[in-house]
Amino acid sequence: MCLGVPGQVVEVDELTALVDFWGVRRRVRLDLVDEPVAIGDYVLNHVGFAIRRIPPGDIEGTLALYEQLLKEAGPNDLMAADVRSEVAGVEGAGRAGRAGTT
Amino acid sequence: MTGNLEFRDPERAKALVERLARTTADVGRTVSIMHVCGSHEQAIAKFGLRASLPDDLNVIMGPGCPVCITDQPEIDEAVALAQDGVRIATYGDMVRVPGSAGSLADAQAAGARIDVVYSVAQAVEIARGTDEPIVFFGTGFETTAVATAAVVLAGMPPNLSVLSAHKFIPPVMEIVAEMPGTRVEGFLAAGHAATITGCGIFEAFAARQRVPVVVAGFEPLDILAALVRLVELVRDRQPAVVNMFPRCVTRDGNANALNQLWTVFRTTGGRWRGIAHVPNGNLRLRDVWASVDARRRFRIDTARLWQQAPSTLVRQCICGNIMAGIASPADCPLFGNPCVPDAPVGACMVSSEGTCRIWHEYGGVPRLGGLACPM
Repeated sequence: MCLGVPGQVVEVDELTALVDFWGVRRRVRLDLVDEPVAIGDYVLNHVGFAIRRIPPGDIEGTLALYEQLLKEAGPNDLMAADVRSEVAGVEGAGRAGRAGTT
Repeated sequence: MTGNLEFRDPERAKALVERLARTTADVGRTVSIMHVCGSHEQAIAKFGLRASLPDDLNVIMGPGCPVCITDQPEIDEAVALAQDGVRIATYGDMVRVPGSAGSLADAQAAGARIDVVYSVAQAVEIARGTDEPIVFFGTGFETTAVATAAVVLAGMPPNLSVLSAHKFIPPVMEIVAEMPGTRVEGFLAAGHAATITGCGIFEAFAARQRVPVVVAGFEPLDILAALVRLVELVRDRQPAVVNMFPRCVTRDGNANALNQLWTVFRTTGGRWRGIAHVPNGNLRLRDVWASVDARRRFRIDTARLWQQAPSTLVRQCICGNIMAGIASPADCPLFGNPCVPDAPVGACMVSSEGTCRIWHEYGGVPRLGGLACPM
């Protein structure tokens, strides 16, 4: 719940952006981010909201860190499961499918 | 997967581990450091960091799992609403956390409607698609509270309301720092929460408690480097706030998000699991938002849930002491048998950010690095 994930903005409308997370594209709300966001920018996303525009100089390092984490993760890796859940925009993705919806 | 330090830069890791040992030895006594973030515990357990810590350095997880610290009174409110036929939307792990008389999952099994959402924005979508009343049971720290605030400010569908169990981290750090039996001499603060709040939020705390705070990222090397800095500050008796995650964290944080947070919420005292009463630790909707506050819109009768006595197992659960940092999962008679992720007795075994769940997932009981458990 407290780990954000980075993604690249591919489309912006007034209140939301379409963000690409390693090929998964999702609408993200822009209510909380504190600077203007444009196509091509990278944002840190948390529970469906962009919380920070990642400074250009930090993009490469940030992406590498997450890619390393996902690449090395075993099936029961909780941190990777939290990241995948954020990427997919689905609560509990990778958490063994517990607690479904009605 | 665990036990070995699988760093991208083993040389740097080795140097940091050696420096940490030297610095801790300089202090000349056992030093206890607390972190307040499930993601930090995940990284510490996953990379077996405790095995590389000096014996006289304790790194304890405090009340950093939002699911775990949500206490029974708030879960009871959600369960009572669900039992009364109100449809509840909430984050997934909350569904399985036990209240006084069962969890939301139990209510669901008995016919209540529970929707698991990844984002409060999904609760808005659900509400738009129906006329029935929906309550978003909002849990988590500042990082999720700002999302709830944004949705309230943006204007919600008239059938949606918020049952806020959101928590504010800085006040609980004061409580834990003053708790007898813990003697925490430094805090590791979570990077992404501080992305919102800024590291400046810890300055008054550090000055008042004479305890240093270091904001750290989530890579094992980030954590090691932050621990070195923290023990240096302890050694030098400098209650400073140091930002070691400048890539994501500034001093003032995200002003836009904070503005929305405090426009919608006010702090009030309340119970956290295991920590008892935390002054200013709960985030509640301000009076001007009464029209979307589930506590104002519904009569929530939780008293009927208290008549059921907790089971013997629940009474043996020491989640509270684990949350407070005065016990570890290894001290719990239920850990691993019968309390496991598929059949959790306590909240710490439910969430992927819970101490027990993390320890269980990464091989049972990691070497403790001298973790003292006075209880």
